[in-house]
Amino acid sequence: MLVHSPRARRAVQAAFFALFLPVFALPFLVIVTASLATGWSGAFPSGATLDHYRAVARGDALDALVTSVLTALAASAAALVTGTWAALAARGTRARRVVGVLFVLPVAVPSVVVGLALLVAFSEPPFLLNGTPAIVVLAHAILVTAFAYQSVAAALDRLDPACEQAAASLGASPLRVLVQVRLPLLLPSLSAAAGLCFALSMGELSATMMLYPPDWLPLPVKVFAATDRGALFPGAALAVVLMVTTLLALTAVSRIRTRAAYR
Amino acid sequence: MASTEALSGRRPPTALPRLRVPAWALVLPPVAALGLVFLHPLALVLWQSVSPEGGGHGFSAYADVFAQAAFRDALRNTVLIAAGSTAGALVLGFALALVIAFVPFPGGRAVGRFVDVFLSFPSFLITLALLFVYGSAGMANGVWTGVTGAASGPFDFLHTPWGVLLAEITYFTPFVMRPLLGAFSRIETAQIEVAASLGAKAPRIVRQVILPEALPALAAGGSLVLVMCLNEFGIVLFTGAKGVTTLPVLVYGKAILDGDYTGACVVAVVNIVLSLALYGLYRMLTTRMDGVRRARA
Repeated sequence: MLVHSPRARRAVQAAFFALFLPVFALPFLVIVTASLATGWSGAFPSGATLDHYRAVARGDALDALVTSVLTALAASAAALVTGTWAALAARGTRARRVVGVLFVLPVAVPSVVVGLALLVAFSEPPFLLNGTPAIVVLAHAILVTAFAYQSVAAALDRLDPACEQAAASLGASPLRVLVQVRLPLLLPSLSAAAGLCFALSMGELSATMMLYPPDWLPLPVKVFAATDRGALFPGAALAVVLMVTTLLALTAVSRIRTRAAYR
Repeated sequence: MASTEALSGRRPPTALPRLRVPAWALVLPPVAALGLVFLHPLALVLWQSVSPEGGGHGFSAYADVFAQAAFRDALRNTVLIAAGSTAGALVLGFALALVIAFVPFPGGRAVGRFVDVFLSFPSFLITLALLFVYGSAGMANGVWTGVTGAASGPFDFLHTPWGVLLAEITYFTPFVMRPLLGAFSRIETAQIEVAASLGAKAPRIVRQVILPEALPALAAGGSLVLVMCLNEFGIVLFTGAKGVTTLPVLVYGKAILDGDYTGACVVAVVNIVLSLALYGLYRMLTTRMDGVRRARA
């Protein structure tokens, strides 16, 4: 307890909320309110409406949502497999440092540059991916693999080796130790990594703007297109859909996590 | 392609005991995949940046780009906005984390949860919200014209570097708060109680007890945020500011809008070098922090 007098404590807390609420809570409140409003030219929005959401439900915005979810699922799966494999294989070998640096590198490189690099590399045969949905999925997978790797590598460091040593000493093959001992123990951090990868991929804009083909428009691109042509209120509705989908995925994943932790 | 991948994915573990594959060889498939889709394309960007349009190889594209006023503006904007945002996020994040950790209040855990969720949302949502709050027809200006009767409000900074700065400080402050909250939770409360019982006032405790403990987390969070600010694209794109160009926006503009891939690659290389240098610093600080923690434990 840093501040002992009750009055001073209340003052500090008041200052905290006076700073925290306008800076961090207001943005989300404003977006949600705007998505339900017909106009906003004063202190408060004017006219409540669900039109923006109706437009989302029947327009091509629904396609964008499906596109985003499919991209995020595919990219997260690829990132989890690659990141987990790399973390498991590099554990305890001399290659660990190098692999760690390599797999965390995509975080340090600007996402726009990752997009540019894929454009430069995959625009010609034999690897002609430019203009296909695959190049968007690939970019997302590269960008989120770093988080999957870091999460699994950190969990492996904390893992008690006694369980797998016991299994191995009882004659279990390395494959069986992996599938029946190590992966179940890693399940909580794997699901946390999955949630993070999904969320990051859902909101990815930078590399996507460089790469998206006309028939594979993820939701963030759609939000940008709407606000860029001045349609702020439909844009806000799309942003709410994006946030709700991300939150649903994160909640589902944390459910799995608590269940795995209890087992 | 998919079926061969699946096959090779299954083979190594079963083949392990018989073939005696060295343990490090299992690392090769994921590293090869990363090399094919990430490292090789990056190398191609580097190669393209030294292969000017006219043929041959050399640094003429670099000379061209460096001579452009647009590039120099973008470089200056990028560095200044990133430095300003990082400083702002550090100050704000430290103050907020301090209150959450040491002046507990009901709902503090919920605030911590909110910070975690905040981190998983895309950055451009902040700019979108700011458009409603400070935009030309937004809340703040609406209140002003309503109160004073003026034709237009005074808030017109969203399309300037200040708008980008405000959005980046808002978005990146939680990235500073999370490592700080972790560091604060490891500080012994007894230390603070002793300092207080010896007569130290709160500011002195913060300066002499808490700050030294939090310094590694502050440094690590700060350099991570600096790198992320240098690479930020969505916030700048959404402000739609013609006057504010940063290096990532310049890469996008040159490649997609102008079709000048060589120029885009040159800017990309400059951006990568800047970010990697700072990221190397970040890794150095975090590994040192780990070392200190392990030594203490």
